[in-house]
Amino acid sequence: MKEFLSELIEIPGVSGYEEQAARRIAREFSPYCDEVQTDSFFNVYGIKRGTAAQQASDRPKVMLAAHMDEIALMVRDIDDKGFIRFTNIGGVDQRILLAQEVTVHGRENLHGIIATVPPHLQAAEDSSKVVKMKDMSIDVGLPVKKVKERVRVGDLITFCSPLVTMQGSMVNGKSIDDRASVVMLTEVMKELDRLQYQAEVYCVATVQEEVGTRGAVISTYRTRPDIGIAIDVTHGETPDAAKEDTHAMDKGVVVCKGPNMHPGLTEKFLEVGKEYGLECQIGIAPRPTGTDARSIQISRSGVPTILLELPLRYMHTTVETLNLNHIKAGARHIALFIASLKEGWQEWLSY
Amino acid sequence: MAELLKRLTEARGVTGNEDEVRGIILELAAQSGAEVSVDRMGNVIARRPGRTGGKKIMLAAHMDEVGFIISSISENGMLKFKPVGGIDQRILLSKRVRIGKDGIPGVIGVKAIHLQEPSERNTVIKQKQMYIDIGAHSREEAQKVVEAGDYASFDSSFTPFGDNKVKAKALDDRAGCAILLELLKETYDFDLIACFTVQEEIGLRGAEVAAWHVEPDMAVVVEGTTCADIPDVPEHMYTTRMGMGPAISFMDHSSIADPKLFQQMVETAENHSIPYQIKEAIAGGNDAGSIQKSRGGVRTIVVSVPCRYIHSSSSVMDLNDYYNTIALVKEFLKGCETR
Amino acid sequence: MKTLLAHLTGLYGPSGKEEAVRQAIQQEIKDYVDEIHEDVMGNLIAVKKGNGSGRKVMLAAHMDQIGLIVTNIDENGFLRFSNIGGVSPFNVLHRRVVFQNGVTGAVSYETELEEIKNLKLNKMYIDIGAASREEAKKLVQIGDIAVYHAPMADRENRFFGCAMDDRAGCAVLVETIKAVKNSPNELFFVFTVQEEVGLRGARTSAYSINPDIGISLDVTITGDTPKSRPMAINLGDGPAVKVKDSSLICHPMVKNLMIQRAEEAGIPYQLEVLEAGGTDSGAIHLSREGVPSGVISIPCRYVHSAHEMVDKNDLENAVKLLTRILENEIA
Repeated sequence: MKEFLSELIEIPGVSGYEEQAARRIAREFSPYCDEVQTDSFFNVYGIKRGTAAQQASDRPKVMLAAHMDEIALMVRDIDDKGFIRFTNIGGVDQRILLAQEVTVHGRENLHGIIATVPPHLQAAEDSSKVVKMKDMSIDVGLPVKKVKERVRVGDLITFCSPLVTMQGSMVNGKSIDDRASVVMLTEVMKELDRLQYQAEVYCVATVQEEVGTRGAVISTYRTRPDIGIAIDVTHGETPDAAKEDTHAMDKGVVVCKGPNMHPGLTEKFLEVGKEYGLECQIGIAPRPTGTDARSIQISRSGVPTILLELPLRYMHTTVETLNLNHIKAGARHIALFIASLKEGWQEWLSY
Repeated sequence: MAELLKRLTEARGVTGNEDEVRGIILELAAQSGAEVSVDRMGNVIARRPGRTGGKKIMLAAHMDEVGFIISSISENGMLKFKPVGGIDQRILLSKRVRIGKDGIPGVIGVKAIHLQEPSERNTVIKQKQMYIDIGAHSREEAQKVVEAGDYASFDSSFTPFGDNKVKAKALDDRAGCAILLELLKETYDFDLIACFTVQEEIGLRGAEVAAWHVEPDMAVVVEGTTCADIPDVPEHMYTTRMGMGPAISFMDHSSIADPKLFQQMVETAENHSIPYQIKEAIAGGNDAGSIQKSRGGVRTIVVSVPCRYIHSSSSVMDLNDYYNTIALVKEFLKGCETR
Repeated sequence: MKTLLAHLTGLYGPSGKEEAVRQAIQQEIKDYVDEIHEDVMGNLIAVKKGNGSGRKVMLAAHMDQIGLIVTNIDENGFLRFSNIGGVSPFNVLHRRVVFQNGVTGAVSYETELEEIKNLKLNKMYIDIGAASREEAKKLVQIGDIAVYHAPMADRENRFFGCAMDDRAGCAVLVETIKAVKNSPNELFFVFTVQEEVGLRGARTSAYSINPDIGISLDVTITGDTPKSRPMAINLGDGPAVKVKDSSLICHPMVKNLMIQRAEEAGIPYQLEVLEAGGTDSGAIHLSREGVPSGVISIPCRYVHSAHEMVDKNDLENAVKLLTRILENEIA
């Protein structure tokens, strides 16, 4: 599991350009499901037909969604000296960028550094001013001619930050949001193989979540599920954030409540957790969430949806920090929930 | 009539938890002889098949109201909360709320004026700093009756007000719901499908789903809308005027009225001498935004009852406007029979 | 191109009131297409049937333009207004505007305002020279929309005037309709409504058409004016192949196809990374199960002002590029 996460976060999968990540994910899904499909936008569908397919008439189709895309940068211009000007794809905190190491995906991959002015040349007040992204540039150490031969406007730039193991089961790295949840999808499939279940399960690794849950819009339309389960990350506790806005890093996955989630289904999910002694935390979202759940819920005639979240520290940075135990626990919880969808499951969805 | 409005506005139905309102509407719509169902989003769909059928006209009013969701419980038994839908944080202090399925009473408290520094009196308290007090002395005591994820609504009764007006919470859009229930009592040539939608206040989400499966030929949205004909608002920003009749929208932030339906609505009012006004702003949005863009597009028009102080604990509506809205939409629908 | 563009940009067509533009375009193209109709929203959809072997392609350019919508008429005959689409107070201040019936007015503001940087639309009004509410109401009703009054002018290859956004795109589509011969693909040319208020016409027409590929034609900003916001697009350097804007990330397949067709034919082009703003392809690509989509942009200075400026060569090269894309197989 850790090996797959480690490999996956290093594959570039910028929103809109997920093909390479999609291929790797499809390969990982393949042994654990009946069929793998990839659509024209590179959403990957791992389909498990269920262990009790003979009751096909009255079984739910469950769609799990975890997004494979990552936030990144994009070349906006190349200046006369060969420095690269850039913009962001997805929500990037400009304050983490200075002196960051990046890969510029031009005709060949180039190692780059986001340039900084040495402190010796700064005025005293400069260090308390935020440098704006539009004023930053990337140095790839090549003369302008060579840069322009290799790099064009619109080329992608990803961060260099491989997986690092920390104390206990904690790890950090880039794009753990939301590759950790994609890893969880494979763990759900493995768990399901140990259980009896009737549901037809579509494990979907979605694209373009970071730019507006766009992959979920089209993949849910295509899948037509009866039930949706979105898996994403949420904020883990840190000293600089309000306790009520964050969740403990060691107290289980977060089950989110609010208008975006189906109340009855969410209760059922929590009940299954209790029954099997799986620890959970409760999250609150008063608005449509920023996750795939936002779009799944209102697809076609409506899809009762639940949202499961992994606590993650330093979201949208290069050192996103996660507890691996939560991947396992969440996968088991989802698998047990799916197995509990038996005759009469429709009643759970009624109001 | 007042009884219907009272029942609907006093019911609690914060976005995401429209259960109580849905229950009442299911009961009343069924009584009027409509075929009722609830879709997977929680919208109530009430169908009245037409005499000749064929055309499908959708009416929409939203069941949900703005309110709060409990986010956590402090050690001292106070509840932290988040607003659901657009609420001005400055109206919240010293208001009563009802929490959860059982309607536990609570108050949004604030430190007494005596304890405030003079400068604090001119400082807006941020919603994030506020709390709901239910009289519990500890987290444990509070947890017996409330949990994170419970919804809370304003606690405000329906009462007659001034001259032929009423005061209540949630007139946006229970007024529309009441009007739809009235309209459902009649049979038309075409199939009438009244949709009582969820989640309008957080992005017109219920209507998007309802329009998808209803697949109407056209739609009329009935709203409770902004009415700012009050002191210190320049006249050109009143939006609507109380007592001047139903407001017909040419455009708002979510949709542009279908020009033919707009014309037809105005002519209906004039031909039947029903007072009406044109909504003098494009502020706000409503379910029409979702319905108009559904599938290949749906002709849509919005008629609203002007309501002062919407999205607060006490909104005010003129009953003449309310009755005239019923009359106008009814005549409009009759007019659709021959077209 | 010049005559067509002057004609189209001179027509009245704010979002929701696109009739005049629709009629003009219909006249221009009706003899060059196999089918033509108007849908519920007012989109004009023209079809050129292919030979059956290719893909179903939707081409979109929006007919609507930004405008000022009257929300109130005061007792002295001044009109208060709100915006249709992205209207900056500074772009409309002291401009001449015109209503559908030809009534013109001047846009001004409440001069008690202390700092002009605080100028907001609700502090502004249109003066049509009426002396009273009654007089004004004979000319203009609440809900009527005014647009810039700015007939097109030109110098050498440069055209400037209002509504280049997106009549320039419409003109490119019209010329492409005339130029395309023997396409293997089934082509749906859609002149859309209500783009400026949220890509609404494109959304519903894409649903109805259900295409395999979407391409829209719209304008984009340039970075070639004094101290402009950085943008690697120059007027006259060729049509731009969009990489992204805030409404979509263009599908790599469509983007690469555009680049390939431009390069093999030696058509100049630029690559566009737009940080804010969106266009019809944003709605098209999320239709149903997803429609791989791209955008050909026409570089345009001073977008959403009364003097949007485009370059003739960019327009003609856009027609060449689009024609070449459509006349060939699309993988």
